[in-house]
Amino acid sequence: MSIGAIPSRYRIRIDRDQCMLCERCIESCPYGVFRKNGETIHVDSRKCTACHRCIAMCPRDAISLLEHPIDYRSHPIWTREVRESIYNQARTGKIILAGMGNAQPLPAIFDRLLLDACQVTNPSIDPLREPMELRTYIGKKPSRLEIRRTPEGDLDLVTELAPNLEAETPILIAHMSYGAISLNAQKSLAMAATEVKTFMGTGEGGLHPSLYPYQDRMIVQVASGRFGVDINYLERGAAIEIKIGQGAKPGIGGHLPGEKVDADVSATRMIPVGSDAISPAPHHDIYSIEDLKQLVRGLKEATEWKKPVFVKIAAVHNVAAIAAGIARSSADAVVVDGFRGGTGAAPRVFRDQVGLPIEAAIAAVDQKLRDQGIRNEVSLIASGGIRESADVAKAIALGADAIYIGTASLVAMGCRVCGNCYRGLCPWGIATQREDLTARLDPREGSVLVSNLIHAWTLELSELMGAAGINSIESLRGNRDRLRGYMLDEGILKVLDVKPVGA
Amino acid sequence: MGATMTIDANGMNYTELNTRLRAAVAQGIDEVVVNNVLGQRFIADGLKGNIRITLNGVPGGDLGMFMSGPTCIVHGNCEHAPGNTMDGGSIIIHGSAGDAVAHSMRGGKVFVREDIGYRGGIHMKEYQEKRPILVVGGTARAFLGEYMAGGLIIVLGKNDGEPVSERGIGSGIHGGEIYIRGNVQERYLGTGAAIQPYSAEHRDRIAPIVQEFSKALGMDPQPFLDAEFTRICPMSSRPFAGKYTWE
Repeated sequence: MSIGAIPSRYRIRIDRDQCMLCERCIESCPYGVFRKNGETIHVDSRKCTACHRCIAMCPRDAISLLEHPIDYRSHPIWTREVRESIYNQARTGKIILAGMGNAQPLPAIFDRLLLDACQVTNPSIDPLREPMELRTYIGKKPSRLEIRRTPEGDLDLVTELAPNLEAETPILIAHMSYGAISLNAQKSLAMAATEVKTFMGTGEGGLHPSLYPYQDRMIVQVASGRFGVDINYLERGAAIEIKIGQGAKPGIGGHLPGEKVDADVSATRMIPVGSDAISPAPHHDIYSIEDLKQLVRGLKEATEWKKPVFVKIAAVHNVAAIAAGIARSSADAVVVDGFRGGTGAAPRVFRDQVGLPIEAAIAAVDQKLRDQGIRNEVSLIASGGIRESADVAKAIALGADAIYIGTASLVAMGCRVCGNCYRGLCPWGIATQREDLTARLDPREGSVLVSNLIHAWTLELSELMGAAGINSIESLRGNRDRLRGYMLDEGILKVLDVKPVGA
Repeated sequence: MGATMTIDANGMNYTELNTRLRAAVAQGIDEVVVNNVLGQRFIADGLKGNIRITLNGVPGGDLGMFMSGPTCIVHGNCEHAPGNTMDGGSIIIHGSAGDAVAHSMRGGKVFVREDIGYRGGIHMKEYQEKRPILVVGGTARAFLGEYMAGGLIIVLGKNDGEPVSERGIGSGIHGGEIYIRGNVQERYLGTGAAIQPYSAEHRDRIAPIVQEFSKALGMDPQPFLDAEFTRICPMSSRPFAGKYTWE
């Protein structure tokens, strides 16, 4: 018995009056939506992913796209997504794999937080005229400074300072591995990070030799699969990040499917071509907070205590207590990845149902660390679902020292958030290893797009700060008085430690 | 050359010990003897070079972590995870070792004269000429070779009884091979692991390694060379290939 076809997700139409049969749509689409049939372009809408590559490349604006061209009977509970997942799983009996971040229509807390500005009683600052301090130091800060006066009357700092990363903006680029994204995408990000003097993460895919020129701006990741990790890799990075969890799929590991492991990916991950790269859920040497401390110290010892070590966790229910444990592990920064964080591939049920919003997680972690008097022991990096400069300002005001952008940096390079990353056919040359597709992304042009974005957000951030009369990022950090909650319930306001609008 | 150095590790912190070992490598010293080793973690962590380090005592966890080249000879037992994410070189243990021995090792050799704990050789992996080898003289506990992605594990079972008599052998294995002396009961195999025929070709493959192990640890290789082994391999290099459907 067959249940037949489910409704097509998109409908592509070509305006035949506009179309000049240049066939760029055919060249653009790796999914095979278009083909030439005599003197017309034939369309198979069912193959469309709404990646927009054809639309972006059509010289005549002849292509239009409609989402959900066929309605189901509307129902508030039995949504289209729910029904289609059932059809899929009834047919296959398998776990549904999905790309990008959480696709549930839950309200973003960021959108319900409003920023403050000065009027009359305290003057705002014009960032054009006045210095604005956005330089961000990531790492341990001493709880006290011991200073000695020399016989000559000079002052010497006696306290030994822990290594910190120095970024010219609080906006860092998140870990996206070579394998999940293309080498050209990684190069674009690395060149952009170097240009704007920030940092980017390697992800758990090793460090390709063509990225060595940018290694001083790269944070090398050590995850449960230990792919690409050797002493040279650790020594190259500006910092080391232990990945415990990821916001898009808390509690589970990652699998890079064998078909994405080509010769180059195999070389940087140090595994055979075509073999699945399996990152198990836990690290095999971490079963407790004490074990984490041992890995943090093991990495520091290997690199002679010269590099900061970060620990990244997914935002889960007890995130604050977990972060407090990490802060005592000798780690220099805790990265908290919220449930809107992106991914190349994750089981849909994890992507949509597991984890916490980053806004609540950051506020809870910052509060816990301050309550315990150990906030200076670690920097706090917010990750997962940062979409614009206002989100950056709000995350910092809630207690973050810096933020990671992942999806936003890919969108800057053309990504349309179509969510088909796991298929390895990304028409923008980002989430693919197919040579003809990766060639579409020129690293120089890509890096300009990404550095423009970070530059623009940094400018907006300094304007927002100036308007609030704040001239340094340190004064914005944890400054929850400059936020007000709009249409947030009392429980969330309490967690955020933010007053409602009007209060 | 041929310069040697002796370090008394009595009461010494691991960072100081490693600083001295690095300095020894930098000075071109060939051999270091460390006496009174007692629980220092991370010995030779990230150390490069061809230095030979003799450790008298009991090292703490993560001996030879990320190590690339040196040889560590331990006269005593080892804590957890010697050879953790090791890249190259050798660790030779005249005694037993704890859990997760050779965890994620990607090259070099770990030889343990006696027994190892749980999850030995977990997620070992290989790439081209880098093929990590773990040889255990005695027995191994449950989940030997879990998630194994490459390399070679040999358990010799030099004493009476089954060398591995617990579950989860090769659980999630998707590369590499495990050789266990004698017969291994099917019920001890983990998901994704399968027993494959053991023939003269395989005997020839492990013979030089068994000889090297026996020589390093002062044992007679002949009983091992004469013995029959069970060869355990992955069912697939793509264990998760059939698990997912697209959204």
